[in-house]
Amino acid sequence: MDFEYAKLGLKAGIEIHQQLDTAEKLFCHCPTVLRDVEEHTGEFFRYLRATVSEMGEIDRAAREEMMVMRPFSYYAYDTTCLVENDEEPPAPLNPEALELALTIAKMMGMTPVEQVHVMRKLVIDGSNTSGFQRTALVSLNGSLPTGERIESICLEEEAAQRVEGDTFSLDRLGIPLAEITTAPDMHTPKAVHDVAAYIGMLLRSTMKVKRGIGTIRQDVNISIAAGARVEIKGVQELRLIEEVVRREVQRQVSLVEIRDELLSRGASVDEESHDVTALFSDTGSAILKRAKAIHAVCLRGYDGLVGREIQPGRRLGSEMSDYAKKCGVGGLFHTDELPAYGVTAEEVTALKEAVGAGENDCVVLVADTKKKVTCAIGQIRRRAEMALEGVPEETRKMLEEGSSAYMRPLPGAARMYPETDVLPVPVTGAYYDALVLPELLSAKAERYEREMGLAASLARQMVYSRRCGLFEEAVSRGVKSALAANTLLGTLKELSRDGANVAAVPGEALIDLLVRVETGAVAKEAIPPVIRALAEGQDIDVAINTVAPSVSREEVRAVICATIAERDAFVREQGMRAMGPLMGVVMKELRGRADGKVISELLKEELGKIV
Amino acid sequence: MESGTQVTCRYAGTDLEGTYITDRDGKAVIKLNSGYNIGVDPSCLSVVAPPEATEAGEMAVEQNASLPQLSIISTGGTIASRVDYRTGAVTSQFTADDILRAIPGLADIAQFRAEVLATILSENMTPAIWQTLAESICAEIKNGAEGVMVTHGTDTLAYSAAAVSFMLDTPAPVIFVGSQRSADRPSSDNVMNGLASAAAAISDLGEVAVVMHGSTNDDACAIHRGTRVRKMHTSRRDAFQSFGMEPIGTVAYPSLDVTLSGDAVRRRPDTEPVLAATLEEKVGMTTFYPGMSPDVVDAFAGYRGLVVCGTGLGHTSAPVIASLKALIDAGTVVVMTSQCLNGRVCDRVYDTGRDLLAAGVVEGEEMLPEVAYVKLMWVLGQTTDTEEAARLMATPLRGEFGRCSYNGF
Repeated sequence: MDFEYAKLGLKAGIEIHQQLDTAEKLFCHCPTVLRDVEEHTGEFFRYLRATVSEMGEIDRAAREEMMVMRPFSYYAYDTTCLVENDEEPPAPLNPEALELALTIAKMMGMTPVEQVHVMRKLVIDGSNTSGFQRTALVSLNGSLPTGERIESICLEEEAAQRVEGDTFSLDRLGIPLAEITTAPDMHTPKAVHDVAAYIGMLLRSTMKVKRGIGTIRQDVNISIAAGARVEIKGVQELRLIEEVVRREVQRQVSLVEIRDELLSRGASVDEESHDVTALFSDTGSAILKRAKAIHAVCLRGYDGLVGREIQPGRRLGSEMSDYAKKCGVGGLFHTDELPAYGVTAEEVTALKEAVGAGENDCVVLVADTKKKVTCAIGQIRRRAEMALEGVPEETRKMLEEGSSAYMRPLPGAARMYPETDVLPVPVTGAYYDALVLPELLSAKAERYEREMGLAASLARQMVYSRRCGLFEEAVSRGVKSALAANTLLGTLKELSRDGANVAAVPGEALIDLLVRVETGAVAKEAIPPVIRALAEGQDIDVAINTVAPSVSREEVRAVICATIAERDAFVREQGMRAMGPLMGVVMKELRGRADGKVISELLKEELGKIV
Repeated sequence: MESGTQVTCRYAGTDLEGTYITDRDGKAVIKLNSGYNIGVDPSCLSVVAPPEATEAGEMAVEQNASLPQLSIISTGGTIASRVDYRTGAVTSQFTADDILRAIPGLADIAQFRAEVLATILSENMTPAIWQTLAESICAEIKNGAEGVMVTHGTDTLAYSAAAVSFMLDTPAPVIFVGSQRSADRPSSDNVMNGLASAAAAISDLGEVAVVMHGSTNDDACAIHRGTRVRKMHTSRRDAFQSFGMEPIGTVAYPSLDVTLSGDAVRRRPDTEPVLAATLEEKVGMTTFYPGMSPDVVDAFAGYRGLVVCGTGLGHTSAPVIASLKALIDAGTVVVMTSQCLNGRVCDRVYDTGRDLLAAGVVEGEEMLPEVAYVKLMWVLGQTTDTEEAARLMATPLRGEFGRCSYNGF
């Protein structure tokens, strides 16, 4: 569904989180490598709780995470240390990461912060053992060539990755992240995509960012004029970003419509809830039968609206359910969707009667322990009342295909306080001025076209490839650009498709092979089988000898002599002019296995003897 | 400029709004409205408004009069402190309400009286404060406290626990507790240690103990005897370990169920505490190391006592023995302990040991060096007779060593 975005007053901004490919983590000296969870060497568990900020408040997002106190488990590895365990003070801020973040800042014309202060940002969902994420603002105010403003770049530590449930893996914790925040300058879904794509290109241009799924994540801030700012976290794929924006606009438009409808109906939320456990003592619903307590609340005038779809696969009821789940319950039932799930029409009638619901009302019920149910009903009432206001400001997580679910309230500044264990880092003007900017991939692609004569699409593919560095090296060592690009992109891809483990081939061996091909020591046709042998772990010399044995000087001479002998008349007639045609014949005979220069030299010698 | 002043800062081509925090290394630190701090040139600042009175109305914590009465004596540890980020100073948060707010859940265990004895870093602790501490604890128990919690910085917590063990014969639990991770972080161990120590303080225990994390997990705290415990890691939660014996109990978390071992001294409800708080401060401690000059020992001339952490079974080099003998002849009580920490001193196996005994060195049995040090201060505070002092050092008074050595490590 598309909207008239300008009319709706769409404003969007993005925060891009990019993992940096540094040797060490941001606050310890562990390597920045990801591990298989099976490789973990230790496990421990902890509880977290919200603490009061320096301003004397508990952050609202943190307070909500605290509603259920749960133990978080952590996997440790032989590549993680006590800093990740939150059992040792952090090391000084990694200078390599800071330099990289500042290089990115300089690429966008930003002003560096003169003295960088590391902060603690409260996050108690378990993804940080400390209960906070360390983050530092390193630069301010830049812009893109298309005019959008870049508000800031922060250098942050990556969070631990969730394994499942409340178990996290510590390998990712502490990998440096650059967080690039744009101003809310985008007004269409496509603009959001384009800006994200441009920044992604710019980041890759440094050649020092991590690659692969999850190494770059976008948070999108979206609002429409009649709605509210909503932050959708963790969009990992660029192709989904437009859809996320479209669906959030759809959601905000729908919530505004629901609000208007509710207000016109004079809707309200009952203050009291009802214990309806007894009503369901003989129910056929497995969930309800199991529950220790079932409570219900009546939403006056909400009939039909709780079940109304506001995004593909999502209803107002889903939003209420998200809030309720914060109390540890599995979900809720509402009368817009009942009878169903084993609840009969008779039970629905009895339920409506028990809470005094009229025709226009919707009844929501929750089943679990009494404590959880009481908490959940409170949350449902809260979310139902928010529907009377329209769109609540909140942090949401992206679901598959671009819809989103409630995560927590938007955090405030109250969740930030200084990391007293890390000293501030000065950034001098001289240091910043001396930072060397990498060539943008877009400029590099143009250069490949212009200087090397690569086709536009091949040039673009090449600069975005992981093997771009290899390509440059090969070309600098005399390999023709087309040969290098076609081998590193096309040939490797084909071999990989055929099942060869091309990732195992050392870059140096590839360059070595290309150089030999270029000098004529190896036939071009031998490239695929040689690489296949390399992928199987063979040494390059062994591989070439097996697949395309090289030819000695004497063998070359023998081929030349035989060729001349066969064309005796032609040679005597043409004299030294026979050189050109014979060269072609010999080259064909040797299938490129000998250096052209050597052939030419020997051919000249042998012809000289006869003429 | 005063901390908390609202300022704008012309920087990076725009006006940044924020709060002035402090000056640091020539830069003005300001907190931006986003919550981030940055350091900028002070000349870019202009004042918008004076500091706001940001004191949030702090809730009073209700105490439940039907719960047992506990006392908290604070010496300045981080467990209930709060860092003032504007000045970098640690502010004291030591009224009963402050502590109950800092450690939610305490109010469900007991009702509390709180006293601030000192607000110092643990390394600034002195024997004089140990004496005041022992007196305060004694007074609290006499005043009806069912137990006393002492919050303390972890670095010298074990020294204080040992000192109070000797100075005070207590019929009720006296629990020393600290935290390894600062109280301002969501992962701080202060809550679990604090709750577990309160549970231990109302338990059936009747001696001085240290209650801290038992492992890196948030599953249980260990109760260590005050004369058998040592900080064994700079930063881990489970830094405190018992030596020469198992911990005398555990407190499970989050249930707070207390389990005491057979070794734990039990509460004696009808017994009054006995205070003997005199300490001899002219006592030293030194570690022997290969190549040590006898000058080091000579420097302790005039001391009434000296604890030596010897090698292995309790040895020093021959030149050092001569200096020790001179000290002893001049009236210093010299006690030998071991750098091994685990195990008992025995100076009767090797020649140098026999020479040490001949010189008049007292074997420190299986006492930890710092426990021997504190005990020697106390013993010399009780008697001027060096033979009596030697006899007391060789007698277990507060479970600081056993007659037989522990079968574990």
